[in-house]
Amino acid sequence: MRGATETMVGFARTLRAAGVPADPERVHAMLAALGHLDVLDPAGVYWAGRLTLCAGPDDLARYDRCFAAYFAGEAPRLAPRPPAVAVRRAAAVPAGGAPGGAEGDARAATASAVEVLRDRDVARLTAAERAEVNRLIAALSASPDLRRSRRLAPAARGRLDPARTVRETLRRGGETAVLLHRAPRVRPRRVVLLVDVSGSMRPYADALLRFAHAAARSGGRAVEVFSAGTRLTRLTRELRHRDADAAMAAAAAAIPDWSGGTRLGAELKEFLDRFGQRGLARGATVVLASDGWERGDAALLGAQMARLHRLAHRVVWANPHRARPGYEPLTAGMAAALPYVDVFTSGHSLGALERLAQIIGGARA
Amino acid sequence: MTHIPAAAPATDPSADPAADQVPASPAALADLLDAAGYLADPGLATACFLALRMGRPLFLEGEAGVGKTELAKTLARVLGAPLIRLQCHEGLDASRALYDWDFPRQLLHLRAAEAAGERDVARLEGELYDRRFLLARPLLRALETSPSVLLVDEVDRADDEFEAFLLEVLSDFTITVPELGTIRAERPPAVVVTSNRTREVHDALKRRCLYHWLDHPTFDREVAVIRRRLPAATERLAGRVARAAQRLREADLLKPPGVAESLDWTEALLALGARDLDPDTAALTLGAVLKYREDQRRVVADGLAALLDGG
Repeated sequence: MRGATETMVGFARTLRAAGVPADPERVHAMLAALGHLDVLDPAGVYWAGRLTLCAGPDDLARYDRCFAAYFAGEAPRLAPRPPAVAVRRAAAVPAGGAPGGAEGDARAATASAVEVLRDRDVARLTAAERAEVNRLIAALSASPDLRRSRRLAPAARGRLDPARTVRETLRRGGETAVLLHRAPRVRPRRVVLLVDVSGSMRPYADALLRFAHAAARSGGRAVEVFSAGTRLTRLTRELRHRDADAAMAAAAAAIPDWSGGTRLGAELKEFLDRFGQRGLARGATVVLASDGWERGDAALLGAQMARLHRLAHRVVWANPHRARPGYEPLTAGMAAALPYVDVFTSGHSLGALERLAQIIGGARA
Repeated sequence: MTHIPAAAPATDPSADPAADQVPASPAALADLLDAAGYLADPGLATACFLALRMGRPLFLEGEAGVGKTELAKTLARVLGAPLIRLQCHEGLDASRALYDWDFPRQLLHLRAAEAAGERDVARLEGELYDRRFLLARPLLRALETSPSVLLVDEVDRADDEFEAFLLEVLSDFTITVPELGTIRAERPPAVVVTSNRTREVHDALKRRCLYHWLDHPTFDREVAVIRRRLPAATERLAGRVARAAQRLREADLLKPPGVAESLDWTEALLALGARDLDPDTAALTLGAVLKYREDQRRVVADGLAALLDGG
């Protein structure tokens, strides 16, 4: 059994390297499971591991690959793991070189530099300005809007709370002296961000993903992030890193179609089929950050937008090109989608992203 | 990594719920489920077997209608244990899932004691928080009923606060009532937790469970399931329905049909006295298998004959 244990612990290590959450508690459970099954039967070993070490459908394919490779005696081919904590945070570089003079002057200079940067299109920044804008985006707070939950909590007024009232009555020896109340609690409304990372969005995708990271940080579990291009990728887990640069590195490693083409309609359909209709988009604020440049069928995008609009609480579309002088939503994709958009905004500059944060927080356009 | 024992414990009697009733192997359990009308593939049979042997909850995920809830019902029949079901929904709280005090009866008791001239306040108070005034909700009922099968259905619909209650119950099989103390299951119930993945369930909860992803069945298995559940269906009818259902699953619909829908469909056809599935009867009964207007329109536009030919 000792040999078997070592073999299985080694297998678990291989799985962890491939991204399956085979933590020690799960490994322990796997060894216990093996104790009930025939160790010499490959099917028994396969199922003991799969049932205890995997945590979701995404893990199953990885598990199968590792199982085949490990027990065939060859080193499994692993996808490179995103760096755990990698890049150092960019230092706060005030735009325009080293500030001279007194400290107060420096601060004033920085403040006015921020004012200038606020309205600059992020596609046209120098490296130093970009670092500063990234730092300011990371400091944005995009807390979700609140909704009434079905859960009731003690409150000063509202509906009568029989349980607490009777308990209080019992404490007073059976005299109903006070009536206690309860009311629905408020909860953060779910926010789903779909960021287009195709080639035409290249100048803006980085800033928008950083914005998504800031939103995920301030909104916690209520925020879900996906990237769309030619493939739909769920980035919620990658963007949980506290450090913005580490989160961006992890997201970049996870996105297979960075700067590729756009099949927005098909992507949106995949999102709705796999996540949205089951509940992720229901009652949520859904933000699509895209230029609406659709290579595929614009009619498909329109139909999927109609579906999304029926599910979601509010559909927000952030199109960086909207801010350009004389912009008209003429691309076929944008024109098909627009009837189903509740809020049409830009998101091309720091100021526009601040505005987007307010919209997520419930502000009207 | 350091606290893993050198060898896996062969059998741990404390972790054996209803050890006397657990079949000797996954295959034996599959046979029992089969006899009770549920066809389980080796993976699912192993999952159930380990869940029973190890006393761990079985966490089932999969598309709607692949038989997650049905499994729990069949498991209860096989084990000869009552099925206790907790249907999750948003706002589900401890007073509806765990226990609640029966306040009207407590008050009544108090009035009765007053009328009888009871003066011993301390004793009276003690009496009020007695087990007989405690209403058992599904989770408490499952711990107090031995043996039993507890089905926590669609856990992803409950809000995440609820998972905290569930965690205590499913990891230690205890419930703590502050006024009364800790209630412990004599023999832990067999637990099946299902989820449709509308949201990610917290990892701490999943870690306590055996995880199994339930897929749509293969063609042969689906035919076998239909014939097992609806013996009146001929091999031909079951085959036609299963083939059509398999095609519908690949047809990129809003809601692909599960096994539950193929069974409903077959049942509808049998109720109409159909012995075969042809485009006309299919058109009449399409509502049993496709529940979205867009899906129905699309399948009719693509041609029902194309859906049904072959097989």
